[in-house]
Amino acid sequence: LFSPHRTLCCAPPGAAPAMNCRAEVLEVSVEGRQVEEAMLAVLHTVLLHRSTGKFHYKKEGTYSIGTVGTQDVDCDFIDFAYVRVSSEELDRALRKAVGEFKDALRSSGSDGMGQISLEFYQKKKSRWPFSDECIPWELWTIKVNVVNLANEQERQICREKVGEKLCEKIINIVEVMNRHEYLPKMPTQSEVDNVFDTSLKDVQPYLYKISYQITDSLGTSVTTTMRRLIKDTLAL
Amino acid sequence: AMDTDLSSQDRKDLDKFIKFFALKTVQVIVQARLGEKICTRSSSSPTGSDWFNLAIKDIPEVTHEAKKALAGQLPAVGRSMCVEISLKTSEGDSMELEIWCLEMNEKCDKEIKVSYTVYNRLSLLLKSLLAITRVTPAYRLSRKQGHEYVILYRIYFGEVQLSGLGEGFQTVRVGTVGTPVGTITLSCAYRINLAFMSTRQFERTPPIMGIIIDHFVDRPYPSSSPMHPCNYRAGEDNGAVYPSVEDSQEVCTTSFSTSPPSQCVFTVTKAHFQTPPPVVTDTLKVPVMGLAFSHQLSSSRLSYQPAALGVGSADMGYPVLFAGGLNAAHPHQLIGPGKEGGVPPIPSQPAHGTQADQERMCTPLDGVHYSAATPSSSEDTETVSNSSEGKCGSPHDLLETIFIRKVGAFVNKPINQVTMANLDIPFAMFAPKNVELEDNDPMVNPPDSPETQSPLQGSLHSEGSSGSSTGNTHDDFVMVDFKPAFSKDDILPMDLGTFYREFQNPPQLSSLSIDIGAQSMAEDLDSLPEKLAVHEKNVREFDAFVETLQ
Repeated sequence: LFSPHRTLCCAPPGAAPAMNCRAEVLEVSVEGRQVEEAMLAVLHTVLLHRSTGKFHYKKEGTYSIGTVGTQDVDCDFIDFAYVRVSSEELDRALRKAVGEFKDALRSSGSDGMGQISLEFYQKKKSRWPFSDECIPWELWTIKVNVVNLANEQERQICREKVGEKLCEKIINIVEVMNRHEYLPKMPTQSEVDNVFDTSLKDVQPYLYKISYQITDSLGTSVTTTMRRLIKDTLAL
Repeated sequence: AMDTDLSSQDRKDLDKFIKFFALKTVQVIVQARLGEKICTRSSSSPTGSDWFNLAIKDIPEVTHEAKKALAGQLPAVGRSMCVEISLKTSEGDSMELEIWCLEMNEKCDKEIKVSYTVYNRLSLLLKSLLAITRVTPAYRLSRKQGHEYVILYRIYFGEVQLSGLGEGFQTVRVGTVGTPVGTITLSCAYRINLAFMSTRQFERTPPIMGIIIDHFVDRPYPSSSPMHPCNYRAGEDNGAVYPSVEDSQEVCTTSFSTSPPSQCVFTVTKAHFQTPPPVVTDTLKVPVMGLAFSHQLSSSRLSYQPAALGVGSADMGYPVLFAGGLNAAHPHQLIGPGKEGGVPPIPSQPAHGTQADQERMCTPLDGVHYSAATPSSSEDTETVSNSSEGKCGSPHDLLETIFIRKVGAFVNKPINQVTMANLDIPFAMFAPKNVELEDNDPMVNPPDSPETQSPLQGSLHSEGSSGSSTGNTHDDFVMVDFKPAFSKDDILPMDLGTFYREFQNPPQLSSLSIDIGAQSMAEDLDSLPEKLAVHEKNVREFDAFVETLQ
């Protein structure tokens, strides 16, 4: 559940996002075997828009930006295809998170409801002994409802329907991205790790973390936060 | 007045950004409709040539077409750059699917930083375009193109024309970017009503800088090479940046429609042209002649002269290629039947191509039901085929014949077994209403080919209709017989679909038929008393037998 390194920042799990953090919520109903692909499609689409090429700082405070490649991904269980950033590291990280979410959904014995969140944040360094603050500036929440289908015909319809739904979600995401609302200022070299995740070798997404919650059958949410390790330091 | 606040360097930069943004937009859209998955690599070290920090390959012909359409201008108010995506069936009917519009409106954002913010937002907009091009209905259609239809694109500059999208089309906005000279808007209007229209064509006014591009990715069988060659041909117009094609080219194409299997279409082309060498681009490798069917991909192309359609035009429109349009308003149309012996002449066409002419070209001849497999052809072809009847000739004459073999004509069974109802033709709505059976079909006669008689051709001649063609204009005909797997068998001369249909409903086993069953039961019942009497007689033997078992 918790990664071995503790990130000593950020609000406690389940806390509301900061006031100037925009929050978007998407809802999908999918069959169990479609959960992973549907989540990956949404997360990759968001991260496509929230990743840049690697920065290379030069003297005089200028920097150049690397190139982001993209690739098409076909879904096996959904009549759908999406574009993701060409970065195996990023894909692996997302698959790991989504895999855990799917397993938690399955094993929780719940009625198949849960949500996965992708939060973009900035780090604000504080002096010792205070820990760094994480200030979220954008939060994407995907609410998932897992349905059980009785026969093959229903499954086939579900393939198509979920595909259409995901098309709508992509359009929604693009609408949000197009608003050109707050984005962190482009950082100087010393600040870049407070804004971007510079640990990947080929692309540079904004700092993000993924967490999820499973709603058990009583309707209470059991918070399971999975913390993303990003180049953090253990203060204290 | 709008740009007095903009420094000249900024203005120059902005113009450059908009220009390259337009070019990249076209690349993304067209590449998303090629029918294959796109994959480019990220590179951490900036190469300096990747505009907007995105790895978007440049297909040279597409850039060329886009530049031609723009003709040095930039999108401005009232002057939008449009990429039209349409679908064309193997029967030659086409339908507009989407119009992607890059527009500029007057709303200026004077405060915005050109070199930084505008650039990054344009990059973001391209990412949105990458995402959105996968979610409109045409994407899935384009991934399945190849057999029954192809996806074509056309770039034009000027006023946006949405009338071809049918009723109730929907719009999706990809995004906007404000600049000091106006706001760039990128959107897509797409057809909702995907039911094919029964009318063949619809009137359109040719746009100002109309260019027709055909791009056809041939994918005949899933088992064939995973590469999907997109053959890019050089333009014949001046200043082509990529290798030009010789005037003489050999074109030889056949196309086999597996659905319905009863139809088999041959395109025979006068072998006047050499196949040009493949042009390999960065983006998509082209094993042009690698596939058995890939000769369909090669060949000449239409010239880029919208107006001048003369017999002299060397190229033949080709679906596979980036071929310029003869008629500015249309992607290529199918060509009419040739004029071999027994085939009624096509109404004569003027040498210059017009839309109306092309439409006429598509009209079926009396008593002939045909559908062309060649997804494209040129007006020239038609013109030239007219010329084969004694009109003007030229070294670049092309003659094409399309004929159709229908179910029953060449199959060893009486025609009356086959009714029109059995022909489940896709896009049947397009089938001409005055269809007639093969015995009236003059198209059955293939041209007199000097080449070896393929078995198929042999069967085409089975009705005794040997083409006694008119002399040596057809000497150079090359008919290539297309033999896809399971397609033909001399023993059982029918193709796979017919075979399947026939044997799908075998006659019932006699033992299962009710009459016979009832009969045997009646017999059994009648014989019962007799049998009982016999058994009673032998009861002692039975008892003894039973005792031995104990």
